[in-house]
Amino acid sequence: MTKHISIGQRIAAVVLALAGASSWAAGADQQLIKQGEYLARAGDCFACHSVNGGKPFAGGLGMATPIGKVYSSNITPDKKAGIGDWSFADFDKLMRTGVTKAGYTVYPAMPYPSYSRLSEADMQALYAYFMHGVQPDPTPNRKSDIVWPLSMRFPLTIWRWMFAPKPVPYQAPASSVANTANAQLLRGAYLVEGLGHCGACHTARGLGMQEKALSSLDSREYLAGGAVIDGWTVPSLRNEHGGGLAAWTQADIVAFLKTGRNGHTASFGAMNDVVAHSTQYLTEADLASIAGYLKSLPPKNNAKPFASDPAVGQALYNGKPATEGALLYLNKCAGCHRSDGQGYAKAFPALAGNAVLQTADGTSAINIILSGGAVPATHTAPSALTMAPYAAELNDDQVAAVVNFIQTSWGNQGGTVTAKQVAKVRKTAVPVQPLTAAAFAAGRSDTLPRPVVAAGPVDKRDTK
Amino acid sequence: MADITLKKVEVVIVGFGWTGAIMAKELTEAGMQVLALERGAFHDTYPDGAYPKTLDELTYIQRSKLFQDMSKSSFTFRHAVSGVAVPYRQIGAFKPGTGVGGAGLHWSGQHWRVLPEELKLKSHYEHRYGKKFIPEGMTIQDFGVSYEELEPHFDFVEKVFGTSGSAYRVNGKVVGEGNFFEADRSDHFALPPQKVPYTAHLFQKAAAEVGLHPFVAASSNASGPYTNPYGCQMGPCNFCGYCSGFACYNYSKASPQVNIMPALRQVSNFELRPNCNVLRINLDGSGKKATGVTYVNADGKTVEQPADLVIASTFAYNNAHLFLVSGVGKPYDPVSGEGVVGRNIAYQTMSTVQMFFDPDKNTNPFIGSGGNGVAVDDYNGDNFDHGPLGFVGGSPAWCNPAGVKPIAGIPVPNGTSAWGAGWKRAVKDNYANTVSFDVHGANMVYRDCYVDLDPTYTDQFGQKLLRFTFDWKDNDIKMSRYVTDKMLDVARAMKPKSIHVSVKNFGDHLDLRSYQTTHWAGGTAMGTDPKTSVLNRYLQSWDVHNVFAVGSSVFPVGIGYNPTGLAAALTYWAAKAIREQYLKDPRPLVAA
Repeated sequence: MTKHISIGQRIAAVVLALAGASSWAAGADQQLIKQGEYLARAGDCFACHSVNGGKPFAGGLGMATPIGKVYSSNITPDKKAGIGDWSFADFDKLMRTGVTKAGYTVYPAMPYPSYSRLSEADMQALYAYFMHGVQPDPTPNRKSDIVWPLSMRFPLTIWRWMFAPKPVPYQAPASSVANTANAQLLRGAYLVEGLGHCGACHTARGLGMQEKALSSLDSREYLAGGAVIDGWTVPSLRNEHGGGLAAWTQADIVAFLKTGRNGHTASFGAMNDVVAHSTQYLTEADLASIAGYLKSLPPKNNAKPFASDPAVGQALYNGKPATEGALLYLNKCAGCHRSDGQGYAKAFPALAGNAVLQTADGTSAINIILSGGAVPATHTAPSALTMAPYAAELNDDQVAAVVNFIQTSWGNQGGTVTAKQVAKVRKTAVPVQPLTAAAFAAGRSDTLPRPVVAAGPVDKRDTK
Repeated sequence: MADITLKKVEVVIVGFGWTGAIMAKELTEAGMQVLALERGAFHDTYPDGAYPKTLDELTYIQRSKLFQDMSKSSFTFRHAVSGVAVPYRQIGAFKPGTGVGGAGLHWSGQHWRVLPEELKLKSHYEHRYGKKFIPEGMTIQDFGVSYEELEPHFDFVEKVFGTSGSAYRVNGKVVGEGNFFEADRSDHFALPPQKVPYTAHLFQKAAAEVGLHPFVAASSNASGPYTNPYGCQMGPCNFCGYCSGFACYNYSKASPQVNIMPALRQVSNFELRPNCNVLRINLDGSGKKATGVTYVNADGKTVEQPADLVIASTFAYNNAHLFLVSGVGKPYDPVSGEGVVGRNIAYQTMSTVQMFFDPDKNTNPFIGSGGNGVAVDDYNGDNFDHGPLGFVGGSPAWCNPAGVKPIAGIPVPNGTSAWGAGWKRAVKDNYANTVSFDVHGANMVYRDCYVDLDPTYTDQFGQKLLRFTFDWKDNDIKMSRYVTDKMLDVARAMKPKSIHVSVKNFGDHLDLRSYQTTHWAGGTAMGTDPKTSVLNRYLQSWDVHNVFAVGSSVFPVGIGYNPTGLAAALTYWAAKAIREQYLKDPRPLVAA
């Protein structure tokens, strides 16, 4: 603990020594703050602790839970509204145990069970960043909409006792991760299981809203796909068929996390923010580590690999759609995704063999047809290619027919859906939002994380 | 006095179409803080091009969704210096765009460079045919920049636009089946040529039969998935036929939105303000230096925006309007021949040939792509001997199946009644059995074809409208009739049942009611002599050195091709001069 305090004091001394609040950082401390900034991106703190158009990390984002809406807190160094008067020990305790400086336990929307794995050095860097790399903002925290008695915080303490792991800094496991000698795998595990908190969405939750597994060591439930979030099916990230990453190379995973797209698919739904705010900023080395780690996770399911079936594509090409779904697909979808479902590289995602369409739950397919989707714009792949919503074009029966066509054609092995399911998704489907003039307004960069990586060389793989 | 005075920016760009977007990209790359002001609304592929709603001819074409609102601002026209001009109240002969992306959002995608001799039209004709060959009153002149100087920029433009095409000659070596007449290129097109639709195939075959040199025209409609040098992506065109007048829903047609704006969104030194109508460029007391611009914002407030550097990148003739109302450069006087702003206005001299076949031809005219087709250049520029012909200029010709749409009209043979059962029968018989090609002629510039400020009519802001004094001239009609006549050999070689030719007759006047083309040029001509040009060879005002103008307004003469490729390349040329010469030492880059 002495060490932590000494680092905190050292930074405070530097701050005091400098005349202006904006010129705080110098030398090694600036390095520490930069490292913290990088880690904050890896942890995607921005995504939950900022609202669109608000100040970064000022909190206020509402998150729906089964018992009511909770709002993220202000984690800027504002002394009153934020965490400006927190010591490193306070910060460390919250990050590892979910217990605030004031002594109450936060809602498990804050993935402290994952963050508990952070190394001491990284925790110190994060603290340095939040104390000295973020602008203080006086926006007060917002109370949750959860009504009494569910609003009582003490059950959260019990939840924590039951499900949160013992908070110890991350230790490389002795034996269980395949190839533990491989530093890259360990780095990948550290990022995915720790700051990346991928399991928060991609691992199924138990009855108490706890993630069924918190690391690859726990069980094959880990990252085997979670519940539907905001109308999007959350796929498996394990090296398995039937919705997982088995058909992707490590390079495909890196490209996806860096640019939101690869030759197989394009990001949509909740993953867009993760790519835009977090993964695009990670170094190639860290992305490769994540990819290597994910590819090392053995399958949980026993799905067979995708086997292409050319019959449907040929029928469409010859203008002979066999079903209403096929005809709708030909009229509405094939212009981009093509009659053989192959799409066009990174521009228009392939549907044949697309992992999303191999899952039993067709919710994502329903939602993307109703709501449309936009690929997240990133620094190295800035085009937010957008598919327009079809909610106004197709009724529930028609959407179901198209979904069932794409989930089962060309060799796809996804599950089918009913018009009733479509009607249910329709109630909460949010149409893809167009860009507005605000996307080019002055000061827009103040509400977004600043780019820390220069745009890389253009990826020419889809250039014929 | 302005209602609001804002903080100074380094660069203000007036008008955000292709050339404004290119300048914004170039100058933000140079580290400048750039503000773009666009008079119209914000547009993007989605939702302005949302499938399937965008496939709506009535909304987009007949009701001018992406075009300028003529009730708020227009132009006046007269045919002669002695006439009284009246306003162009409904969109007809040309379709001025408005809004973010400008005409770059609703163009078709026809993408050309320029013939080298057209950049030095006057000296070329004088050299080959003698000074007396150029008719009295024709004021053609040279651009002051050579094809060789522009070539790297033409190449880069094609890479930014994802242009599909087939090269003929690269670095002096014949490499493919492109345009036999095209000047040397430093590289291939960004993408291979698009597929040739059936009618264009028929044209290609017939043109080859009569000894011409047909080639698949270059188009900025992507033939495959593409990522440009800015990291911006395009999807392959699916030949839906909704290009010109529409925002492409498929990311297939190059536009500022698809090819440049995604990259600009990622940089914090760029800002775009739509719905800001620039009234004038402000000058300091000496009149030699711009201090910024004044505009009216969306709330109707007058805003003064100081800036170090002003880029005029409005549509074509509008640059002349901006210069005239701001007092940048001396207005042109057709009587004395003195002054320069408004001088050398050019259009294009179009003719169309339609061939009607028996009902089994099945030409499927709904298949189309804006820039796609087969062209011949045998009668373009000076690719043929003008000596015995007695006219200046030429015409490329092309079969460009761009998607026949029902309201705009389905061609019917001569002698068909204009309405009723006979017309309906003819539409039914001919819709899928017609082939059409265009002769897209150059239009020369003349002493009495110019723009100035109208003495009577004003726009919504009380500013004088731009007045066109323009009419067809015998030289151009002679050229168009000659080339059209030659091209009828191609039409006859297709062995149609009947042929319908629309070509101008001697004595015809400019008719603004029916669509011709939107390719106006000139008004702020570039050149080598401040007495005959508004801008120097770097597109810098001779008079106010921190004002540059880009777009087809800088063409000192009309060209045979569509203007976008040349306008874009010249913008990169000017940007290079600004980046490499002007920013280091702001001054006139050419001594007057």
